[in-house]
Amino acid sequence: MSTVAETSMTLTPEHDSRPSASVRSRLQDALPKIVLAPSFAATIVFVYGFILWTIYLSFTNSKTFPSYAITGPRAYQRLWRWTFESDPPSSWYTSITNMGIFGFLYIFICLALGLFLAILLDQKIRGEGMLRPIYLYPMALSFIVTGVAWKWFLDPGLGLEQTLHQWGWTSFHFDWIKNKDFVIYTVVIAGVWQASGFIMAMFLAGLRGIDGEIMKAAQIDGATTFQLYRRIVIPLLRPVFLSAFIVLAHLAIKSYDLVVALTSGGPGGSAWLPSNFMYEYTFKRNEMAVGSASAVIMLMTITAIIVPYLYSELREKPR
Amino acid sequence: MSVVTTTARQDTGGTNTKTLNRIVIYGLLALFALFYLMPLFVMLVTSFKTMDEIQNGNMLSLPRAPTFEPWLKAWGETCVGLTCAGIKGYFWNSIKMVVPAVLISTLLGALNGYVLTKWRFRGHTLVFGLMLFACFIPFQSVLLPMATILGSLGRFGVTLQNATGLTFGLGNPTVNLVFVHVVYGLGFTTLFFRNYYEAFPTELIKAAQVDGASFFQIFRRIMLPNSMPIFVVTVIYQFTNIWNDFLFASAYAGTGDSMPMTVALNNVVNTSTGVVEYNVNMAAAMIAALPTLLVYVLAGRYFVRGLMAGAVKG
Repeated sequence: MSTVAETSMTLTPEHDSRPSASVRSRLQDALPKIVLAPSFAATIVFVYGFILWTIYLSFTNSKTFPSYAITGPRAYQRLWRWTFESDPPSSWYTSITNMGIFGFLYIFICLALGLFLAILLDQKIRGEGMLRPIYLYPMALSFIVTGVAWKWFLDPGLGLEQTLHQWGWTSFHFDWIKNKDFVIYTVVIAGVWQASGFIMAMFLAGLRGIDGEIMKAAQIDGATTFQLYRRIVIPLLRPVFLSAFIVLAHLAIKSYDLVVALTSGGPGGSAWLPSNFMYEYTFKRNEMAVGSASAVIMLMTITAIIVPYLYSELREKPR
Repeated sequence: MSVVTTTARQDTGGTNTKTLNRIVIYGLLALFALFYLMPLFVMLVTSFKTMDEIQNGNMLSLPRAPTFEPWLKAWGETCVGLTCAGIKGYFWNSIKMVVPAVLISTLLGALNGYVLTKWRFRGHTLVFGLMLFACFIPFQSVLLPMATILGSLGRFGVTLQNATGLTFGLGNPTVNLVFVHVVYGLGFTTLFFRNYYEAFPTELIKAAQVDGASFFQIFRRIMLPNSMPIFVVTVIYQFTNIWNDFLFASAYAGTGDSMPMTVALNNVVNTSTGVVEYNVNMAAAMIAALPTLLVYVLAGRYFVRGLMAGAVKG
C-alpha cells in the first residue's frame, strides 16, 4: 500500500570497518548484518523462493497434491484457450473480463471521487476534522465486516429496493447483485466506497502541499476557481495521481475478500476476479497447476506496474 | 495562463453566489458523508432490532425497542458451521494471533530500519528494494507453497509430539498464522521504520559510537526513545491489517476451532440453514469490527499516516 518516500544512496559504508584482530570487535562489525539477516533470509525464502516454487508448480501436472514432474506449459495453454472462450464464458474469461471492468471503473471512480472530495474539503470547510474520518473509516474495517451490510443493502428483497418500495417508489428495481451480468458492478460500488476516502486523503495532503503564493498570483490575474484547478492545481498534483494509481492498481489486483463477502462469488462464479479464480482452482477444484499459473499471471501484472515505479523511487535522486 | 473573467464579475457576483456556493459544497459533503456512513449505520441499528421489526420495518429506521439480545446471541450462541457456541472463541483466536504477530513484526521492522539507515553496507538499497517489493506481491503467488510447508511442519509436529510429548507449536493454526503475518508484514514494518530513521540525525549515532556505545545500546538508548510516533503508526497499521486479513486466515485456518474472527464471521453470515437472523449477523459483524473501529476512533490520525507513509511526496 505504501511506497518509499526518499532514499539517499551512500556507496561507502557509513561506519568504516577497520581490520581488527579481536573476534569480539569483528562480531561487533558484523552485528548489523546479523540482525538484518533473519528478515532478509525470510524474505528471500518465503517471498522469492515461494514465487519460484509457484512458477515451478505451474509447469507441472499438479491436481489435488503437488507433483514435481515438469510437464510443460499446459496450464498456461489452457488459460490461453479459456481467455477466448466467451460463449459460454469460461471461469477464466469471466475473471479477467471482470478484472478489466472492475479495475478500470474502480481506479477511475476512486481517482475522480477522491479528487473531487479533496477539492471540496479544501475550501476552508468548518467541520473538516469531523468529515475526514467519516470518509476514511471504511479503509480501517475488513470488507468481510462491512460486506455484511452491503450485501443486505443491495439485496432486492431487503435493502434499498425494499426501502424505496416502502417509501412509495414501487417501480424502483435494483437487483444487480443477483444478476450475473451486473454483479461485478456491485463489487465496484463497494470497492469505491472502501478506498475512495483514502484516495481523498492522499489528494488532500497533496493540495495542502501546494504553495499558496501560486494560487494567490493566479487569482490576482483573474483566474476563475475552475481555471485555477484545471490549469494549475491538477497539473501540480501529478505525482499524487501516480502514487494513487499505483496504490489502487495493486489493491484492485489483490481484491479478494470484496467478492467473497459481497457475492460469495456471484451467481455461477460470475463475480470472480483472478484472485478468486486462483483460490477456487487451487483449493476447491483440485487444479493446482492451473491455480498456480493464474497466480503467476497476477504476479506478473503487478510486477509490470510496481517495479518501474519502485525503481524510479529508489534510484539516487538529485537533491 | 489566460485571463478570461474580469474581476468585476467576481465583485458583482457578491455574497449571493458565494452563499449559494457554500450551500452546494456543504450539501455535497454531507451527502457523501451519508454514503460512507450508511453501511455502518445499517449494521448498528439492525443489530439492536428484533427479527420481527426487521421483517416489517424499514432498514434505516431506528430500533423501536432496542434489544441487546442479538449481541448476546452473536457472542455466545450463534452457529459457526456446526458448532453453536457463538463467536467469542474466534474473537480470542484473533487476539491470540494479532498480539504476537504485531509485536514481533514491529520490533523486527524497527531493527531492520535501524540497520538499513544507520549501519549501511554495500547493497543496502537492493536489500531494501527486495523487501519492499514483497509488500506488493499478490499473496496468491505464495499461498500454495506456504500451505505445503505448513502442512509438512504440522506432520513433523505430530511426530515430535509422539516422541517428546511437545509439538513446539508446529501445526498449531494460530502459531502458523502468526508466522505468516510476521513474514509478510516485514516489508511494511521495515519500510515505516526505515523512512522514519532516515530523517534521524546520524551525527547522534556517530557521537554515541565515539563514546563507545554498542549497536544495541544505541538502539535502546537513542533510537527507541525517539521512535514513539512511528511505533504507534506501525502497530496500528499491522493490527488493522492482520485483524482484517481473510485470505491467509481462510487458507491456513479455514475450518475448525482455530478460525480467526473474519473467517468465523463469513461462516456465520453464509450459513444457509434455518431462518437467517440478520440482527445476529449484524451484531457479529459489529463485534468483529469493534477492535479496529476502536483503534481508528482513538488514533485515526496515526492510522492514516501509516496508510500514506511515503505515498505522497512533498
